[in-house]
Amino acid sequence: MQNDRLIIAGRELTSRLFVGTGKYKDFAETKKAIEASGADVVTVAVRRVNITDRSKENLLDYLDPKKYTILPNTAGCYNVEDAVRYARLARAAGVSDLIKLEVLGDERTLFPDTVGLLEAAKILVKEGFIVLPYTNDDPIVAQKLVDIGCPAVMPLAAPIGSGLGIRNPYNLKIIMEMVKVPIIVDAGVGTASDAALAMELGADAVLMNTAIAGAQDPIAMAEAMKYAVLAGRLAYKAGRIPRKLYATASSPIEGML
Amino acid sequence: MVETIQIQVNGEQRGCQADATVGDLLRELAIKAERVAVELNLEVLDRKDFDHRSLKQGDRVEILSFIGGGAPVDVQGKGRGFVHAE
Repeated sequence: MQNDRLIIAGRELTSRLFVGTGKYKDFAETKKAIEASGADVVTVAVRRVNITDRSKENLLDYLDPKKYTILPNTAGCYNVEDAVRYARLARAAGVSDLIKLEVLGDERTLFPDTVGLLEAAKILVKEGFIVLPYTNDDPIVAQKLVDIGCPAVMPLAAPIGSGLGIRNPYNLKIIMEMVKVPIIVDAGVGTASDAALAMELGADAVLMNTAIAGAQDPIAMAEAMKYAVLAGRLAYKAGRIPRKLYATASSPIEGML
Repeated sequence: MVETIQIQVNGEQRGCQADATVGDLLRELAIKAERVAVELNLEVLDRKDFDHRSLKQGDRVEILSFIGGGAPVDVQGKGRGFVHAE
C-alpha cells in the first residue's frame, strides 16, 4: 500500500480519511482525535471572529497548516450567493484555493441543492478555486460537476450527522464507475464498518466529522476509522470473492474415509 | 483632537479614528492579520491591502477566520456544548 497514494488536483495525500473539526469538546480533543485518525485533510468552517472576547484561542494554533491540508467549507450556505461569498472569504483567510463547496437545500435533511451547487461550482472554478463539491448520490449531477471542472466529487452516504451509513451503495458504485475523478464519500457515516464499506465499494476516500466527534470516546473512534479506511481500501484492491447462494467447501473431499 | 467616525464591525457599531485603516482596526482589536479574512462593504480584501484601505463613516467591516466545522449543525452550536472560539 506504500504507493497507493491519493492525488487530488496535484496534491498527494497519505491518508484516505478526511476529517471535520466540528463538535469536539475543545481544541485539545480536536487535535488528539485528528492525530489518531492519521488524516491529512481537515475541514474547517469560516465564521466571524469574536471581537469582544479576544482571549479565545484559534483553531490554527492547534492544527498546523504546514502539517495538514486545510479544507475550508461553505457549510451553512443555502444559496449560490452565500456559498460564493464564503468561498472567497475562505480563500482570503487561508493559504490555498481549495474549497469544499456546500449549497444546502433544506435545514431538516441538509441535503444539497444540486441546482445551486452546479451554479456555484461554475462561478468558483472560473475564479480559479479547486472545488470539491458536497453532492447527492446522483451520478448525473456528479458527472456534471466533473464537466464543470471539479477535480473530485463528494457524494453523501446519508444525511449529515445522521450516522445512517451507506444508504445507497448502488448509486455510489455507479458514480465510482461513471466518473473519472476521485470520489470522496462524505457525510452520514456512523461507525467503522460504514467507512470500510465505502472503501470496499471503491471510494477513493471518506470524509466524516460527527461519527468521530460524537462518539463516546472520539479519540478511540478516530483510530478505528483509520483502520477501517485502510482495511476497506486493502479489501477493494485485493478483490473480494463473488456472492453465491450455496456453499463451496473449503476442505478437500479427497482422502476422506 | 482626532475626528472619530462610526463603523460597523461584525454587526456591531463602534467608533474609530477617521484616518484609520483596516490594518489599524485589526491591531486595535488585537487580531492577527495572517489568520483572518476581511470584507469591507462586501468586498473581500487582499491581506496586503489591509494597511492601505482606510475606513469611512458607515463602513461595514466583517472579520472572519476558521473555526471547527465539518457539518452545518456544528456551527449552529448544536454540538456538545463547545463554543467555537473563532
